[in-house]
Amino acid sequence: MKNLTLPLSENDILSLKAGDSVTLSGVILTARDCAHKRITEIIDSGEKLPFELKNSVIYYAGPCPAKPGQASGSCGPTTSARMEGFAPKILDLGLKAIIGKGEMNSSTREALKRNKAVYFAAIGGAGALYGNAIKNSECIAFPELLSEAVYRLEVENFPLIVAYDCFGNSIY
Amino acid sequence: MRKINTDLIEEKIYKMALSAGVNLTPSCIDAMHKALKSETGLAAEFALKTLIDNSEIAVKEHMPVCQDTGMAVVILEIGQNVFFEGKPLKKAVNDGVRRAYADGFFRKSVCDPITRINSGDNTPAVLHTEITDGDDLKITFMPKGFGSENMSKLYMLKPAQGVEGIINAIVDTVKQAGSRPCPPVYVGVGIGGTFDSCAYLAKKALTRDVGTNNDRAEIAEIENEALKRINNLNIGSQGFHGNTTALGVSCEYAPTHIAGLPVAVNIQCHCVRCVKEIL
Repeated sequence: MKNLTLPLSENDILSLKAGDSVTLSGVILTARDCAHKRITEIIDSGEKLPFELKNSVIYYAGPCPAKPGQASGSCGPTTSARMEGFAPKILDLGLKAIIGKGEMNSSTREALKRNKAVYFAAIGGAGALYGNAIKNSECIAFPELLSEAVYRLEVENFPLIVAYDCFGNSIY
Repeated sequence: MRKINTDLIEEKIYKMALSAGVNLTPSCIDAMHKALKSETGLAAEFALKTLIDNSEIAVKEHMPVCQDTGMAVVILEIGQNVFFEGKPLKKAVNDGVRRAYADGFFRKSVCDPITRINSGDNTPAVLHTEITDGDDLKITFMPKGFGSENMSKLYMLKPAQGVEGIINAIVDTVKQAGSRPCPPVYVGVGIGGTFDSCAYLAKKALTRDVGTNNDRAEIAEIENEALKRINNLNIGSQGFHGNTTALGVSCEYAPTHIAGLPVAVNIQCHCVRCVKEIL
């Protein structure tokens, strides 16, 4: 088990092989279906995004609301395949990793190789466990999208498996 | 004639929804423990352990076991002697759902299919009603997540395809879904009926306890054979390869037309959440 702290360095990424189990700590951003649509619309129109994607990590997730005193509600991964139409374009902005669940298509895997980035699989359905590992959560864009908005999460020891490494290998 | 005030139904739906969002069914937890014991793949074992830990954290912290707290599927089996009084039945059901999803801090996941604008309170519920004999009211509450719902399929087979065609349809659906629906999955199957009633049978099959068989021997054989073939696919928990791709296959059937053999395969992830109550 490798314990990684964000941001990921190039050495971190080169050391990861498909099938490795890791924990991840640091800042990640959530984005799912509607947020991806918005992000690509902003990129295509040449405008500036309200947050930085270079060197960051996107988590395909839409959390439950937090109870009073909680940093986040349950927050497991959603199916990554729905984001594969957007993923290459967003990876080309300099993303270091994406986190989701399930297989993605070959253009996403090519984009990971091209950008020296990795795809981590979170354990789908483990919403309470991941929610508990979130120490701080803040909505930083598109609040009208509710759970589909972009949240900045500070996470501690997120358990993940390297699904696609930067060399094109896959656990699936 | 038995009178039931719909305020009572709202209250039942509210409590059932709150419980269903947090607790997996006991038969699902048993099936995951069994799967863990027989799992030989390392990553799949890690996934199963994480999922069992997760179910315990959810109960302890009283938080949703999965963030996809689903669309609220409600089945009311209404005895023909029951008379409802009070506010409209549909409103009572939706009010119960609305309050539970707010008070439980559950995710609101229902939106317009065209604009994608979220309704903000997880309503409307998907409400099925059946008229039964007697004066009981049976309520089934099942939150249905969409990672798995999206992988479901409906086949209109030729009668000549028979039992082998049915089994192939079930296994192919799980195979094509691969890692995407959060395996290990629970597979609900409808056999027969019409296009629409077949899909409902598949949904209803998912309300059965994991690990149970249909009373009819030929149907139970289909369940067992399909489960065996699915678990030989080596998809495994989360698609990490291993010997448990499905926790169970549950089939329900109905008479169909001489020209057809509808088969609906409704995929449920390992988060089997279903609460039943008889009033």
